[in-house]
Amino acid sequence: MEEFAALIDALVYTRSRNEKLRLIAAYLQATPDPDRGWALAALSDGLDFPAVKSSTIRNLLKDRIDPVLWTLSRDFVGDTAETASLLWPAPQEPPSPPSVSETVELLSAMNRKSVVKELPKLLDRLDSSGRYALLKLATGGMRIGVSSRLAKTAFAQSFDVSVEDVEEYWHGLTPPYADLFAWAADGAAPPDIENLPTFRPFMLAHPLEETVVDLGDYAAEWKWDGIRVQLVRAGGETRLFSRSGDDISATFPELLGVLPMNAVLDGELLVRGNVQGGEAGGAASFNALQQRLGRKTVSKKMLKDYPAFVRLYDVLLLEGEDLRPLPWEQRRGRLEALASRLPASHFDISSVVEATDFEHLSQIREGSREDAIEGLMLKRKDSPYIAGRRVGYWYKWKRDPLLVDCVLMYAQRGSGKRSSFFSDYTFGCWDGDPDEGADLLPVGKAYSGFTDEELKKLDRHVRGNTVNRFGPVRETDKSLVFEVAFDSVHESKRHKSGLAMRFPRIHRIRWDKPPHEADRIEALRALIAD
Amino acid sequence: MAAPFSWIKPEPHGIYIPPADCWVDPSRAVDNALVTHGHADHARGGHGQTVATPETLAIMELRYRTGAEDDAGEIPHKAVPIEYGETIRLKGGVDATYIPAGHVLGSAQILLEHAGERVIVTGDYKRRADPTCPPFEVTACDIFITEATFGLPVFEHPPIEEEMRKLLDRLAAHPDRCVLVGAYALGKAQRVIAELRAAGHHQPIYLHGAMEKMCRLYEEHGVDLGELRLVADAKKGDLRGAIVISPPSALNDRWSRRLPEPITAMASGWMRVRQRARQRNVELPLVISDHADWSELTRTIREVDAQENWITHGREDALLRWCQLHQRRAKALALVGYEDEDD
Repeated sequence: MEEFAALIDALVYTRSRNEKLRLIAAYLQATPDPDRGWALAALSDGLDFPAVKSSTIRNLLKDRIDPVLWTLSRDFVGDTAETASLLWPAPQEPPSPPSVSETVELLSAMNRKSVVKELPKLLDRLDSSGRYALLKLATGGMRIGVSSRLAKTAFAQSFDVSVEDVEEYWHGLTPPYADLFAWAADGAAPPDIENLPTFRPFMLAHPLEETVVDLGDYAAEWKWDGIRVQLVRAGGETRLFSRSGDDISATFPELLGVLPMNAVLDGELLVRGNVQGGEAGGAASFNALQQRLGRKTVSKKMLKDYPAFVRLYDVLLLEGEDLRPLPWEQRRGRLEALASRLPASHFDISSVVEATDFEHLSQIREGSREDAIEGLMLKRKDSPYIAGRRVGYWYKWKRDPLLVDCVLMYAQRGSGKRSSFFSDYTFGCWDGDPDEGADLLPVGKAYSGFTDEELKKLDRHVRGNTVNRFGPVRETDKSLVFEVAFDSVHESKRHKSGLAMRFPRIHRIRWDKPPHEADRIEALRALIAD
Repeated sequence: MAAPFSWIKPEPHGIYIPPADCWVDPSRAVDNALVTHGHADHARGGHGQTVATPETLAIMELRYRTGAEDDAGEIPHKAVPIEYGETIRLKGGVDATYIPAGHVLGSAQILLEHAGERVIVTGDYKRRADPTCPPFEVTACDIFITEATFGLPVFEHPPIEEEMRKLLDRLAAHPDRCVLVGAYALGKAQRVIAELRAAGHHQPIYLHGAMEKMCRLYEEHGVDLGELRLVADAKKGDLRGAIVISPPSALNDRWSRRLPEPITAMASGWMRVRQRARQRNVELPLVISDHADWSELTRTIREVDAQENWITHGREDALLRWCQLHQRRAKALALVGYEDEDD
């Protein structure tokens, strides 16, 4: 655990990407199996120990130090694991750190009851850095500036294999990745994933921004407002994956028995309705889909009221054949030919948008808001299907955002890089005429869209204009106007204003604008599309 | 008879003493000021008269040219030097005694006495040994007005020898690079240099131009800093394997590009928190502070054992909570203008 803790500390304090790669690679080369496999898992996807949650750590600490002092400390540090590692009382005995695999073993054996006794014992065996590494590893999600991709790249570099191959095998394997190390480090045969229903990394798009493309080279498709999914059938099993590779099969059981052949398909998950693209569009709004997301069990009523289907964009693998190296045009042909073999109840194909030229396409995009569609996709007709975001192949061209002027009401401290800065803002609109005594009602929350410099100024504004404190939340004097950009707005029972925005972000900070000139709730309500 | 302690009034801009018409560390210009130490948030320019230790007055003179003549050839500012342990009688029967605070060169706690009542204003202080100034002296009083910059239990400053070892080990491991240490120009920089010398590092130490005058001032007051050179006068080759000291603001500035692959370090109590170091792009955090850490703050409150503790700038909520848990009377003062960004 000492080496792992030293690696984590070194990564925290390293800026350069190359240096991070070097540090991880050196660790992976010097560390035996299975320790290095667990470490790689912790750095990439994160490990999950159901018995150890942030709240577990919080409760352990609150038994040992005054709860108020704990909360003030946690609020300042901005990270539960780090606060706990600093506040844990120094043990009497000298440290006797366990290995990474012993740590994983002990953590896996804990349950909600035993964790209260067992986790303290483990913490007592470590110094402050070790405790930090342990708690980060135990709660998953290190947040130390190392992405999953970076960890895999370091693995690839350290054993001189291609990162694309690593990505390809990755999702078919589980920690501590013995087969992966055997292949990359010891020259064993590559892991066999052909007969496993595993996730294949998505091909992603860049925003189009100022680029103009020639429609002779690019095809346009709608960018539907659902969630991007991959449906995989192999080895007699079907699974549904989200964009990040999470297995969401259990949430959409109706899609698990309807794919008649072995295949890997890329599409948009939607529910039936008549909002997106009107009657002919056949899909409901994102808001309707949201009723189905994140559920572990699904009621019959849910299945009946919000029936899900997949609108297909692409085909990656089909009956043992890897189609990914083929140009998009050919894959599209294969996809269209496949349509007749798929049940229309659960599949259709995202149509190609025909436009005479770019200008015409631009007009079509303008109309996408009425159709409640997110925008357009532009795909190079000769593009192979490549994992990740490659310049020049695919572009997303979202419709322009909506804008509304809101007043800053509350601010909360951020975490990670923004720890101790007030960086999460709740803002509101007027429920009537502000000059006649109307009140502000919260309509949304945003924590992006500003630069680091602006963040410093906003932080100062919050500190200097606080009128009330509620734990980590500051109420401000409502003197600052934000121009907020968002993609759409919907009815919502969760908020007092009855409205919820999608993807709200700070578009501009209106230091100049008096708050009574901000928008009213009615103005926002008028923008509801469904 | 006046109500107890009615002669001392915490105001947003400092501690005011009505019978003496005098302020302690006011954050704006006043006629009569008592100043604890030379940091800019405690010692502002433009006062009519300043009572402070000779070292603090010298620092203020350097920073604000307080000794400059006006158009009529007069020096409008009156500097009143007072040595440690000395008492000065102010108007209205108020006595002020300056006692070492152990924070930086010239730093003092001010003991104020009136009608048999004793109040101490600490300014900033620490309890660790510091080769650049005499140590904090625990002094009995009725009201103890303490700072709380590091007033959270997560702040425990490690022994400075450990931090010096970290710095020298890193330097030795990279003989072709330099270690650039961000350190506050008054106090921290000189303490780090003096501690490096004590740890056996006798090579020349290179300075950012903004540190030079303050280092010279320390030397004039008898603090030996060894051989100091300016980065501006050095060739790039000279800086390989050397320690360079700059103000924290210059760490990520264009200025540092002239250095040979600098390893960015920062000497500050905030470096105890990883994310604070990351926010400043610090690769080598050195937990070194001239302020009391949590243990020192709570130990000092216990040792001084005043009837009442008033807590000024910093994490006052947590220290207030500690006082409450330990049955000590305390309140937080809402003073404006104190900063703790770089220390």
